Amino acid sequence: MKKMTALFLSLALVFACVGCGNSGQTSGSGEGSNAGVENDVKSEGVMTYEEYAAAALESEVVIEAYVQAKQSWWEKEGQGLCTVYTQDKDGAYFLYDMPCSKEDYDKLVPGTKLKVTGYKAEWSGEVEIIDATFEIIEGSYIAQAEDVTALLGQEDLIKKQNKFVSFKGMTVEAAKDPDGNVITDENGNEAAFLYNWDGSGQDGDDLYFNVSVNGATYSFLVESYLCDNTTDVYAAVKNLKVGDKIDMEGFLYWYNGVNPHIISVKAAN
Amino acid sequence: MSGTWKKIPKRALLPAFVLGCMLMLTGCHGSRQDLEAFAVPEDFDASAQHEITFWAKNDTNKTQTTIYEQAIADFQELYPNIKVNLRLYTDYGKIYNDVITNIATGTTPNVCITYPDHIATYLTGTNLVVPLEELFRHEKYGLGGREVLFDAPSADEIIPQFLEECSFGGHYYAVPYMRSTEACYINKTYVEALGYRLPEVLTWDFVWEVAEAATAKDSEENYVVNGQKVMIPFIYKSTDNMMIQMLRQKNADYSTAEGEILLFHDTTEDLLRTIAEHVETGAFSTFKVSSYPANFLNAGQCIFAVDSTAGATWMGTDAPLLDISKEQLVEFETEVMTIPQFDPEHPQMISQGPSVCIFNKKDSQEVLASWLFVQYLLSDKVQIAYSKTEGYVPVTSKAQSTAEYQEYLSGCGEDNTEHYDVKIKAAQLLLDNTGHTFVTPVFSGSASLRDAAGQLIENTVKSVRRGQTIDDAYFDTLYSDIISRYRLDQSGQNRASVSYGKADLGKLPLTSVILLWSLAGVWLLIILYVFFRILKKKR
Repeated sequence: MKKMTALFLSLALVFACVGCGNSGQTSGSGEGSNAGVENDVKSEGVMTYEEYAAAALESEVVIEAYVQAKQSWWEKEGQGLCTVYTQDKDGAYFLYDMPCSKEDYDKLVPGTKLKVTGYKAEWSGEVEIIDATFEIIEGSYIAQAEDVTALLGQEDLIKKQNKFVSFKGMTVEAAKDPDGNVITDENGNEAAFLYNWDGSGQDGDDLYFNVSVNGATYSFLVESYLCDNTTDVYAAVKNLKVGDKIDMEGFLYWYNGVNPHIISVKAAN
Repeated sequence: MSGTWKKIPKRALLPAFVLGCMLMLTGCHGSRQDLEAFAVPEDFDASAQHEITFWAKNDTNKTQTTIYEQAIADFQELYPNIKVNLRLYTDYGKIYNDVITNIATGTTPNVCITYPDHIATYLTGTNLVVPLEELFRHEKYGLGGREVLFDAPSADEIIPQFLEECSFGGHYYAVPYMRSTEACYINKTYVEALGYRLPEVLTWDFVWEVAEAATAKDSEENYVVNGQKVMIPFIYKSTDNMMIQMLRQKNADYSTAEGEILLFHDTTEDLLRTIAEHVETGAFSTFKVSSYPANFLNAGQCIFAVDSTAGATWMGTDAPLLDISKEQLVEFETEVMTIPQFDPEHPQMISQGPSVCIFNKKDSQEVLASWLFVQYLLSDKVQIAYSKTEGYVPVTSKAQSTAEYQEYLSGCGEDNTEHYDVKIKAAQLLLDNTGHTFVTPVFSGSASLRDAAGQLIENTVKSVRRGQTIDDAYFDTLYSDIISRYRLDQSGQNRASVSYGKADLGKLPLTSVILLWSLAGVWLLIILYVFFRILKKKR
């Protein structure tokens, strides 16, 4: 009898752990070496990246790609939704608000291969797949960052949209307010970053910072859902000084123009 | 609802990702204890230190956050024994979800900017949100009470219509902080170029007609009206508001005050069919499908942009806040009008904007400190300063009638910063139409119903764009999907249960069911074991 009781108590404990321990969220960094994807042959009925790129907006698309990072999982009206950065050897796909259980979301570690069916859409210049369904299939690939520094300001940059990319030797510029005035920190030094685009946020919000190369300045950000204030990149950006030369890696997101989601910042080599 | 503003390409800001789980955890941890009903203390203890948290929403606007910080500094100078910790949000939905999460752990903020719809859900535990009637009329610490250390408004000086929006379930659970409505920001230059003149009151018929005219293209596939490849003549930011206001203007059902869902009927279908027709021709789209109306308007790619009056500083050629590059900006004359109407003789528009609620705590002195701070947010200085940041209006007649505020209004167009004409016209629009505003009933589940109303439009727009057939069968499926997705088919009794303070938590998760049955089984076995032991001893 005692054994039975102990068994039931143990079982109850196990179920209690299942019930109470299902919190927290991880986000992939997208970092890692190229594991190779030599045999990345698409399954029957699956588009190549070229076909996807040529597909009309609002049309149904079927793709296979590999998770590079995941931004967030949340629940709305009882349905889990996730936003994921994926890529194959030819191009990248941004999966926005894709229905996904928390259990499946936890399986979406970098490299995981997905077959995704959804609709191609565009929002403020960002081409993405929405209203999608997916299945996890066999295969693994982690992309290496492609250096697109030379493409900044060029028309061809958009062809790399959503890909894992790097920017080399860029210079940190002063943060400015919406009127273009340089913002200073509490010590009177030029601020190198802002919480939110205009400085209206707090620690934990998106970090916006300006970087320049070849005489042109660009606004990059650390997207707080992708890399929150506990990550190395968040701390690194908060430590930037105007004039620093840096190398960065991130995902080539678009919002009314290039708006990369940076996941790594290092002093330039 | 006024939503998030620019430079936040997160169309759905991350809500509490485990809402269901957290509610379940309440059961697991038992960390939240029911509170005693708040009773106003005899005196405020000025000798004790009180620390309160204030969760505030801003429109991603640095000036607004500065005003919050200044208000806190000024308040703390008056009450050195009260420390206010500010936590900033840019989205009502995020506040809502964080509050839900913190209800479960017993760590709600003291003061929170919110929507009445959301408060209805916060009432998940006994005495969680403080009813404010007693505080309103308290002789010493009530609105304008004799021991309040600043010039606070009296209860009569809060605009009655705005105050009533915070009354539900038989109590006032909040006070209004700012009020806005929706406005239609119009590229008047293009309207006239198309051969039309703006009517005195904008109508749906007029907007649809001009929007259709604007879809004409030349032989090179450029839109004739702007010479560009892109033109979405009519864009609506908040489609939940769009549906709610259309139904109201049609005198059609939405819900009862008790929480009965009445959204799904023929008038709704007729409205959706009309919208579908204009999506088909490219005359209409939404924020969720395309992007911020302001960006298209300012680029000369939209003629009618409906958005909150609290988004006015982003609208127009001379807008102080811009989200597109200067090269994309187009010169045009901006007109600010009420949203389109079905009956121009009887215009109707939604009243919206932030309200403030107070969460109950064990220490009634802490609650009283929170109330004093809330009252400070209603003081003229805060009300006027914050209202100037956008097309908001102060919620007190006291602030509205000050010389400072009247001078601000009369300075309309003097500059493109504080006196930006589009912003002040938007605020004036609400001041002129306060009597034409309405709100929807608040009950547990009203936030979901609101979302469902908007989703009907969003789904229809997407379906048309994807070439799907919009027929009777489509609407049957659409209604069924939306009812299921937003759980609108659950008991109306539960949804109308504000007075009982119980939220609809949905079905118990399977793991919880197994857990509960397991615990019941274990207890049964323990009892049986003890029973048999006693029996054995007796023998």
